[in-house]
Amino acid sequence: MKVYDEVVNMVKPKFAYVHLAACSGCEISFIDNFERLLDMMDMVDFEYITLLKDVQEMPAVDIVFIDGAPCLQSEESVKMLKEARSKAGFLVAWGGCSATSCINNFSRGGQMAQPQHESFPQVCRIVKVDAFVPGSPPGPEMAYNIIKAFVEGDTEYLRYLTTYEVGGFACGCDLMKNIIENALCIGCGACAMSCPTRAITMVLGRPCINWERCVKCGACYAQCPRSFLPVPVMDRMMEGL
Amino acid sequence: MRGMLCAVPEELLAGAGHGSNDGGAIMGYRGFGRYKEALAAKTMDPKIMSVGQDGGVTTALLCYSIDNGIIDGAVLTRKSGPKWVPEQVIATSKKEIIECTGSIYALSPNMYKLKDAVREYALEKVGYVGLPCQIDALRKMQLYPFGARGIGERIALALGIFCSENFHMEGLRTIIEGYCKMPIEDVNKMHITKGKFMVEGKKHAEVGMKKASRYAQDGDSVCPDLVAEYADISIGSIGSEEGWNTVFLRTRKGIDTFYGAVSAGYIETDDINKAKPGLELLEKLALSKKAAAKENIEKRKAMGLFVTRDQYY
Repeated sequence: MKVYDEVVNMVKPKFAYVHLAACSGCEISFIDNFERLLDMMDMVDFEYITLLKDVQEMPAVDIVFIDGAPCLQSEESVKMLKEARSKAGFLVAWGGCSATSCINNFSRGGQMAQPQHESFPQVCRIVKVDAFVPGSPPGPEMAYNIIKAFVEGDTEYLRYLTTYEVGGFACGCDLMKNIIENALCIGCGACAMSCPTRAITMVLGRPCINWERCVKCGACYAQCPRSFLPVPVMDRMMEGL
Repeated sequence: MRGMLCAVPEELLAGAGHGSNDGGAIMGYRGFGRYKEALAAKTMDPKIMSVGQDGGVTTALLCYSIDNGIIDGAVLTRKSGPKWVPEQVIATSKKEIIECTGSIYALSPNMYKLKDAVREYALEKVGYVGLPCQIDALRKMQLYPFGARGIGERIALALGIFCSENFHMEGLRTIIEGYCKMPIEDVNKMHITKGKFMVEGKKHAEVGMKKASRYAQDGDSVCPDLVAEYADISIGSIGSEEGWNTVFLRTRKGIDTFYGAVSAGYIETDDINKAKPGLELLEKLALSKKAAAKENIEKRKAMGLFVTRDQYY
């Protein structure tokens, strides 16, 4: 039995969660999986996650979730990100702050206790990202789905997240620039539903964005059925319904 | 099964991929997506029949679902006033569901109401009625909930409505007031049948769809889906006799709900193969929508425009 456990532990992928500049909302969302968190722990070993485990240093892992944006004025934070990249097989930019920089885009520095901290670029500008998950925070189900897809080798699910289209600098403008300007909008309202700050209202069947409220998390464009349509995954889903 | 039902040559089906018959229990006309059963149906409730668009099956199914606890509310669209502006509502009673009966051919962004249904109304089992593209949005949201925490798992029933195209509110008004020469307030019912946009009210008026289509939203021109291929149950009028609906049952949940409603006396059914003009016509239209979408996507790609990543045909 002991040997069996060892073998299982050997093949069970290891997981780490690295936290950079962010509000912890995405970490809370991750944990808000409740009972599903136990399933996630069955699928991967949680090696490093400061909210759940008392481990000071990140070991080498198979999959890492990066939460938050690195600060260019903080040597420590950039080093942490690069180290995470070098120690992880698959790097997920989890949540708006790491995938799109989100509210960190508005930083101009000058705040105590570190007034020199002003530049918080998207993670993908510094290291290679394997999957982007925009949203501020993303639904907890996304964390479960990604870990499950990773463990099962479900590239069909992951491939929609791997392109740089859903990550990098994002804005409500993406809906204008990529969807409406390309005559793709069908007025379903998915963007308005996904907006965490309720910055989008549907006026005459089209999204209208309150620019003061948009935090540039990228959820609306990613949620739009006309940005990408995961047809093979939808086909599979229908079989189970 | 395929041979028995199929009206298109076998070689066409072979390359169909999506929508073809590749499982024992799944039958397929090419162009209808995956489904388990197709039939004609109509409501048995005279009250729903009197207000329903065609056979009243959508309303009847929702009423059955709410009476039997399959859903505890539904996100629906209704006419908000005499100007026919669509309004998105969360219906939690039979009365509210029946108020939403009938089609409005204008954009109704009801996906956003799902958030309110779950957060503010605290619904656990949500019903949703949408057009094919909205059902796509719903399925994508369930699979990739970027900004839809706890909504996907609460979707209990997704009903899809056949759709050839949809209009901006002002487009709809232009068609009715410009072509049909009738104030929109005088209209009681709108209908798209036999290639015509028809309005009933103080008088009957109609205009050919060729003319009306110029006011359709352009996003529809790349849509390949006429029959809501990803709904639990798809409902429309094309293919069946007047006063009846054409229904596709696609999922286990769809079959259970539908036959529950049949055995509880909410809905009566008939053989779709006996109906005129029948599935042949529907298939012809569904395939031509797919062909048009494919052509338009290619055209746009050739112009260097961005088109949705992955589509189904």
